[in-house]
Amino acid sequence: MGKPTGFKEFDRKKVPWRLPVVRINDYDEIYTEPKLEQLQEQGARCMDCGVPFCQSATGCPIDNLIPEWNDLVYNNRWREAIDRLHKTNNFPEFTGRTCPAPCEGACVLGITNPPVTIKNIENAIVDRAWEEGWIVPEPPESRTGKKVAIVGSGPAGLSAADQLNRAGHLVTVFERANRIGGLLQYGIPNMKLSKAAVQRRVDKMTAEGVVFKTGVNIGKDVSPMDLRNDFDAVLLACGATKPRDLPIANRDAKGIYPAMDFLTGNTMQMVHGDSIDDAFLSAEGKYVIVIGGGDTGTDCIGTSLRHGCRSLVNFELLPKPSEDRAPDNPWPEWPRVFRVDYGHEEASAKFGRDPREYQILSKEFLKDENGNLRGIKTIQVAWAKKDDGGWAMSEVKDSEKVWPAQLILLAMGFLGPEQYIAEAIGLEVDPRSNFQAVHGKFATNVEGVFAAGDCRRGQSLVVWAINEGRGAARAIDIYLEGSSNLPAPGQTMGTAMEMVV
Amino acid sequence: MTNGKLPAQPLFHLPAAQGLYDPTYEKDSCGVGFIAHIKGVPSHQNVIDADTILQNMDHRGACGCETNTGDGSGIMCGLPHKFLRKVAKRDLGVDLPEPGQFAAGLVFLPQDESERAFCKSTIENLIAESGQAFIGWRDVPQMTDIADVGPTARNSEPFIEQLFVGSSDGLKDDAFDRKLYMIHKQASHKLRGPDSTLKQALMFYICSLSSKVIIYKGMLTPAQVLPYFPDLQDKDFETHLAMVHSRFSTNTFPSWDRAQPLRFMSHNGEINTLRGNKNWMRAREGSARSELFGDDLKKLFPVIEANGSDSGTFDNVLEFMLMNGRTLQEAIMMMVPEAWQKHDTMPEEKRAFYEYFSCMMEPWDGPASIVFTDGHYIGATLDRNGLRPSRYYITHDDRVIMASEVGVLPVDPAIVKEKGRLQPGKMFLIDFAEGRLIPDEELKSEFARKMPYGDWLKKQRIRLSDLHPEKESHGFNSKTLLARMQAFGYTAETMNFMLRPLVQEVRDPVGSMGNDSALACLSDKPRMIYDYFKQLFAQVTNPSIDSIREEVIMSLECYIGPEQNLLTATPEHCHRLLVDHPILTNEEIAALEHLDYQGWRSVVIDITFDRAEGKSGLKNTLDRIAAEAEAAADAGIQIVVLSDRAISHDRVPVSALLAVGAVHHHLVANAKRTRIGLVVESGEAREVHHHCLLVGYGADAINPYLAFESLWQARMDGLMDPRLDDDKVVAMYRKGVAKGILKVMAKMGISTLQSYKGAQIFEALGLRDEVIAKCFVGTASRIQGVSFDILAEETLRRHTLGFPIKKSDRLMSLPNLGEYHWRAEGEKHAWSPQSISDLQVAARNNNQDAYWRFAHTINEDDRNRCTLRGLFDFHVDESKSIHLDEVQPAKEIVKRFCTGAMSLGSISAESHETIAIAMNRMGGKSNTGEGGEDPVRFKPLKNGDSKRSAIKQVASGRFGVTIEYLTNADEIQIKISQGAKPGEGGELPGKKVDQYIAQIRYSTPGVGLISPPPHHDIYSIEDLAQLIHDLKNANRAARISVKLVSEVGVGVIASGVAKAHADHILIAGDTGGTGASPLTSIKHAGLPWELGIAETHQVLVLNNLRSRVTLQTDGGLKTGRDVVIAALLGAEEFGFSTAPLITLGCIMMRKCHLNTCPVGIATQDPALRKMFTGKPEHVVNYLFMVAEDARRWMAKLGFRTIDDMVGRSDMLKTDEAIHHWKMDGLDLTNVLKPANKPHEDVGVICSMDQDHGLEKSLDMTIFLDAAKAALDTGEPVTIQCPIVNINRTVGTILSNEVAKKYGQAGLPDDTIRIELTGSAGQSLGAFLAHGITIELEGDANDYVGKGLSGGRVIVFPPREATFTAEENILVGNVCLYGATGGEAYLNGRAAERFCVRNSGAVTVVEGVGDHGCEYMTGGRVVCLGKTGRNFAAGMSGGIAYVLDQDGTFTLNCNLATVELEKIETAEEEAEIKALIQKHHQFTNSKVAADVLANWDDFMSKCVKVMPTDYKRVLENKQVEEALV
Repeated sequence: MGKPTGFKEFDRKKVPWRLPVVRINDYDEIYTEPKLEQLQEQGARCMDCGVPFCQSATGCPIDNLIPEWNDLVYNNRWREAIDRLHKTNNFPEFTGRTCPAPCEGACVLGITNPPVTIKNIENAIVDRAWEEGWIVPEPPESRTGKKVAIVGSGPAGLSAADQLNRAGHLVTVFERANRIGGLLQYGIPNMKLSKAAVQRRVDKMTAEGVVFKTGVNIGKDVSPMDLRNDFDAVLLACGATKPRDLPIANRDAKGIYPAMDFLTGNTMQMVHGDSIDDAFLSAEGKYVIVIGGGDTGTDCIGTSLRHGCRSLVNFELLPKPSEDRAPDNPWPEWPRVFRVDYGHEEASAKFGRDPREYQILSKEFLKDENGNLRGIKTIQVAWAKKDDGGWAMSEVKDSEKVWPAQLILLAMGFLGPEQYIAEAIGLEVDPRSNFQAVHGKFATNVEGVFAAGDCRRGQSLVVWAINEGRGAARAIDIYLEGSSNLPAPGQTMGTAMEMVV
Repeated sequence: MTNGKLPAQPLFHLPAAQGLYDPTYEKDSCGVGFIAHIKGVPSHQNVIDADTILQNMDHRGACGCETNTGDGSGIMCGLPHKFLRKVAKRDLGVDLPEPGQFAAGLVFLPQDESERAFCKSTIENLIAESGQAFIGWRDVPQMTDIADVGPTARNSEPFIEQLFVGSSDGLKDDAFDRKLYMIHKQASHKLRGPDSTLKQALMFYICSLSSKVIIYKGMLTPAQVLPYFPDLQDKDFETHLAMVHSRFSTNTFPSWDRAQPLRFMSHNGEINTLRGNKNWMRAREGSARSELFGDDLKKLFPVIEANGSDSGTFDNVLEFMLMNGRTLQEAIMMMVPEAWQKHDTMPEEKRAFYEYFSCMMEPWDGPASIVFTDGHYIGATLDRNGLRPSRYYITHDDRVIMASEVGVLPVDPAIVKEKGRLQPGKMFLIDFAEGRLIPDEELKSEFARKMPYGDWLKKQRIRLSDLHPEKESHGFNSKTLLARMQAFGYTAETMNFMLRPLVQEVRDPVGSMGNDSALACLSDKPRMIYDYFKQLFAQVTNPSIDSIREEVIMSLECYIGPEQNLLTATPEHCHRLLVDHPILTNEEIAALEHLDYQGWRSVVIDITFDRAEGKSGLKNTLDRIAAEAEAAADAGIQIVVLSDRAISHDRVPVSALLAVGAVHHHLVANAKRTRIGLVVESGEAREVHHHCLLVGYGADAINPYLAFESLWQARMDGLMDPRLDDDKVVAMYRKGVAKGILKVMAKMGISTLQSYKGAQIFEALGLRDEVIAKCFVGTASRIQGVSFDILAEETLRRHTLGFPIKKSDRLMSLPNLGEYHWRAEGEKHAWSPQSISDLQVAARNNNQDAYWRFAHTINEDDRNRCTLRGLFDFHVDESKSIHLDEVQPAKEIVKRFCTGAMSLGSISAESHETIAIAMNRMGGKSNTGEGGEDPVRFKPLKNGDSKRSAIKQVASGRFGVTIEYLTNADEIQIKISQGAKPGEGGELPGKKVDQYIAQIRYSTPGVGLISPPPHHDIYSIEDLAQLIHDLKNANRAARISVKLVSEVGVGVIASGVAKAHADHILIAGDTGGTGASPLTSIKHAGLPWELGIAETHQVLVLNNLRSRVTLQTDGGLKTGRDVVIAALLGAEEFGFSTAPLITLGCIMMRKCHLNTCPVGIATQDPALRKMFTGKPEHVVNYLFMVAEDARRWMAKLGFRTIDDMVGRSDMLKTDEAIHHWKMDGLDLTNVLKPANKPHEDVGVICSMDQDHGLEKSLDMTIFLDAAKAALDTGEPVTIQCPIVNINRTVGTILSNEVAKKYGQAGLPDDTIRIELTGSAGQSLGAFLAHGITIELEGDANDYVGKGLSGGRVIVFPPREATFTAEENILVGNVCLYGATGGEAYLNGRAAERFCVRNSGAVTVVEGVGDHGCEYMTGGRVVCLGKTGRNFAAGMSGGIAYVLDQDGTFTLNCNLATVELEKIETAEEEAEIKALIQKHHQFTNSKVAADVLANWDDFMSKCVKVMPTDYKRVLENKQVEEALV
């Protein structure tokens, strides 16, 4: 398979993004058209490992058949590549665009060389498949007559819906927002994942018979118990949507928002042109500070730049990661190294410096007499290794600093699902307030009610949502039918005929 | 070494099967010989001389735990009429009738008096029934005490009487012998057979009963035969012939009857195809009709007696054919034919003869030197590949002396008329009536002309092409293809790893690293039935065959369809279908299905069943198929085709293998199998292993239509070379499969498919008895396992995959089950991402937590339960547990750890040296592997570390095995087999042979190295004993280890190895790693070490041999728990390979064979080697953690030391907590059975040294003293002494002393001159160091100059000899094997395999046998005489010059890798001339003188044999030099 010496002959080359100075003027996707030859070279770099760590526990959570489709791309066999890709992944275009790619972190080539550009290849395969018209609705040939309700249309809900529909069940997806997609729709900005790409999938699934109901908030508009009674099974995939707050002084200052509010409003107005004036938060001309160094923080940076912010700073509590793996972070673990994401690159292009400030602890918001945010006071922190191996944080004396700010976006993660559904049906939750269910079984304590995705495992990656959605679909199929042939991560693919899970 | 104690329970024969011991697998091997007067003049001197011969072959036999209990020896003579007449009168008071009118024979009788009386009366009744005259019984004097017969033999000693029978009605000769045959056959059935009521039934045995010959034998050493039987010492005991045999058995159990000679022959060798031969014989009884015996024929059945050895079985069949009118010669030619199929120069008539008789019987294949006689004739024959030595002298005074060795009987050189050897497949016959030796050609052409066999064949034989397959359909259905592939268990890997590479590379595809996936019976996945079978392979007692370089003896051709009566010969006997390749095209199978030709018809039996039947459908269908096949045979149909073409959504196929097995065994049991051809049309069979199993269980031919279709589809999909068309794909598939099958056959030492067919060379792992009993009768299945129910479940699951109930479940591509490469959702593998990364963290950071995570994953995680030991649990009695501190410290335990044999070449110098340093730091041992070692490493480093590998491996390629290499060893390991590819040689792809590697291996850069499957100096157990002896001579301080691989019977083999004086035995498991090996072997050959070590320990203890050897095991050991289990099952030492590599960075890429290892371990690519980051401390850290882990278990179990644990399998039990859908049927009782000690004092760990007998050697008794000055100061010395064949391995101890002091450079030329006269024993001048010259006047046995290491060997015939030197055999087989340097001048012919793998020696010889210069990689050979066949096969370096007097050399040369040229440059001419002048100077050779006198003539006739690759290298070198 592949080219045995490919990894020696070719260097890692990523598909470039559009130029930062150009792309910050619009909300179009940041990606450029990949070059066929370059992708083939990258496919050739794949070593077809005897033990492909890209599929391991530290690699791809949905066991993407990476060596197989790398080889197919190398051999210019795109049609088969998409079939192989779809075997494990319902939505490669979502992961191909948004996934941080743990597969690449675990790539064996990464031990000695930069890893294969797996994510680019994945994305190229699925984009090509859409372009060529290879992805068309394939409604199931027969129906079981069993009805399944799915609450939430994020990646977990959608992948479960796709799978269950394929198995012939009648699936209805309930979404409280006005559009389908959950985080895919409103959490991730258009430049990273175009909403057209999301809608394309939704349309395909609709054509295959999945029923989508938007603007229906289960637990508010419909009682969860009624839902349970009306359907043969219910899957809760409503995400971890409770944002982590920053309860320091003057939190009530006007101009401090959870990142999701900012991003959602932006997509509604700037991408879809929805008339939602009250919900749109503009960064135009403002001093913007983003607190939190994750992907959402980056998205806030990119969006603020596109609004035309006056300045941009990004706070991070932890120290700046090293350029290379630290000794306590060996391969194949996810490499905790310094990365430049699209937002950082764009901010540098615009302001001439990376927006990130490390080891910053926010102490106090500052507001003016009108209650409007005017700045934030911080202090520098130091990290030291404790005897037990953990890390201790301490404040650095005399390192207080005041930063001007008119818009502060809180991108510090999420605390878990909102609880109103759980409370309504007596769902057990775990200590972190996530819905209690075992991975692999996904059944909650309420008979016929399953939970998957961030609402079960807590805030995580899109690819983990797909993992859970697929797994839950199989569990529900077994619940309804007694057995299942639906493939799911961790299950025997293709020969998955074990009678019980 | 006598323990002096007797077993508590006396044994009369081999013990019953117990634990993992099964007497079926006992082997033996031997020395044979005879002396006879060509004119048939009897004398007592013949007995005396035979006795001398016997005693001089003492070293070819063996002793068990007692020096005075032999494995068996005996003598066969012509009836000594004078003597018999005398004793009959004296003891019985009767006058014997005239010679020819009476018979005599020795009968072994029970010790129990009443049973004895019963036996005698039974025989007397049978004599009466046959109308012959009973004359009397005479007590044969047995001088047990005088002969000092050992206690074991004594305990089972039978009462021996001599029976006299007179003929009635003037019956004589053959007619009388037939009556006698009927008597002894019936007596054996009644008294010894399965229905016997006697307690001591197996003590009853008729040695012979004949009017012509008589046999005296017993469980005696050669020296005991005459003292034990005073009869033989009687001067009146006169005979014209005396055949002797000395047996080397793998066991120490009493078995008087297994001693030889047998009734008509003696056999040195082994029948590899015995199981098949027996079954076919049984089947043939159904169609046997005899004019001579008429209806009485049935009374002779079964022809093959129970409890016989392979030789005994052979003798039974031989006797059966003789008694039914075939001559001895003809019967032997039928049973052991020459390799005629590819013999281009064989006369047409003879080929026709062999081909005709191949229609009647398959060869009894295996190494064999058979000596036979019926009193009228005495003769000998050798197997087709010449795998046993056989040398003879003919004297001017009409005596012929023939033996496994030359020099066994001192003969005045002046009276020697001719010295010769038996050539492969050739026969040697003395006709006493004619009083002459009949040469092979004459004797065979007489038989060949007896009937017009060629014409018969032309008229009768049917060829597939006669059936016009070209008119048949192609049989390709692309639309349903995917579903069918899925239903038959095809995976993505089937296509990617097996089928496409098979066609592209036209060979069985290669992979690397070991098999770490779950055993089929432990897999969660539905596995193919084929995965439950492991290929067996030859080790030690017989050689595997080099199917690549010795292809001339291999053949796939078979006649199929009904056989005729074995006992007649008519034209119709060859009215059979000739199939030249077992794989049939779709067109050919279609033609067979439509067969209607010359009275031949076929039926197709559908082997699918209705899905609705569910699981029970499987068994029911097998019954139906068997019944339908029998009905077809009864209806006179010629060919039955078992077909699964009917597979569909509703029809489920029964496995083709189950179907074939069920039909074959059903027909064998009903003696109908030979009435019909059995052909398979299957979508299931596709891989080499599948085809081997199908043929191995009786299929005559296979059409793997789905493999073809899937490849055609791949071609249409653009996945194959675009130049291929459909037919070419099939052609290449067949070619690749053919090579693969030949290799699998060759592993077991089988050379023809005809004998492989039905020979069942497999062990089942995880199949329950019900399955074995129905489909695979006689196959070992030692841990039971899955039933028909589970097999059906697996079949149905696969079927559902292709034909799901719900259409939405259709998968549009093949699944990938991760059988070869790990897949997240695939098969379980021990080396998973989790275990690899945890181990690396553990070793690199000395991180205990990570180690425990690793150990947990390996030992307890269900997903990783891949191995048998995963099913074990410990019997922990907490009251016996001890404190951890009381357990021996880890630093003591790690000394018992070794790393496995990983050659420099397969891995990089960095990795190899890092491992060596690590093991030296711990006091453990690293192993060179078979690639030699850079001498620089013999010296310690400045920091105290050492890169010297303590274990020096000696493998079949003998790469870099010099006297210096051997001298620098603490242990020398003879690699007989390797876990990843037992029965095959190592492979090093050309890409990895760079300048450095080539230099150390003495080979040619860029040329791939495939080591020979056999060691060419080990074709039998006595050969192994010889090699052990050689190596012990080369380094007296090193222990000699023998590496074996687990398979059924390995315990028996190990007993033989212990008796061959190995100090150490390694039992490797099937999971061992490899740098390159066919995937078929990695996956399907060999068995887990748990079975191997347990069996070995049990059998060694049972034989009281355990205390003589240290046992080691390896094969995927990973944790302390593994170490403890290995010890409890019997191991004292433990080997690790893959795990240490992983600590050094290996991530199981499985790319070793491609040279692209990205972490710099298994590669020679300089850029990649830079990536290597391993450190010795990584290995040290890991192994210490393993030892600590083991200590915790030891404390828990209450053991203070490893020694205390060895063999305590009572501490293990089956883990009851494990539940798995396939595992319920597994039964590990036999694995865990504690070894059965024959008596209290039997040791269960190594506690005594082997007696290597070095002190008796010429080196120790004479040379060391005589050469002291030379050794000390380099002063030249000359030593003169006589030599006889029991002086073996001469000059080697001396060489060891030279190497110790002077290294490989040795002493100046000729410093020590040793001048010998006589017949040298084996291994004259083995590993001879530079500065030593051995000059021998006389002749020599096998292995002259083996491993020659710089020294000089000169051999010439006695000065007074009357024969022509260049026409006679001077030295034996396999001379200069693996020589790395030095010179040899041989004034005469050498036998087979001269200069195999020579890599540096320069030699002049005057003729060689078959396979000369095979696989040579360096040096110069000048051959001034004829060569045998297959010269220069696989030769890749060095140059040979052959004087081609009659222009026939080209026919005998294997031109695959060499070019034939002329000597061109003056430089070269001068070099050759100088060599020949030296030859003349040293040996006074007449040929050399002639050549030198007629130099131009020589130049015009001399053919230069130039390896193509070597030429390229030399040319490149020239270019490089020119550039400089």
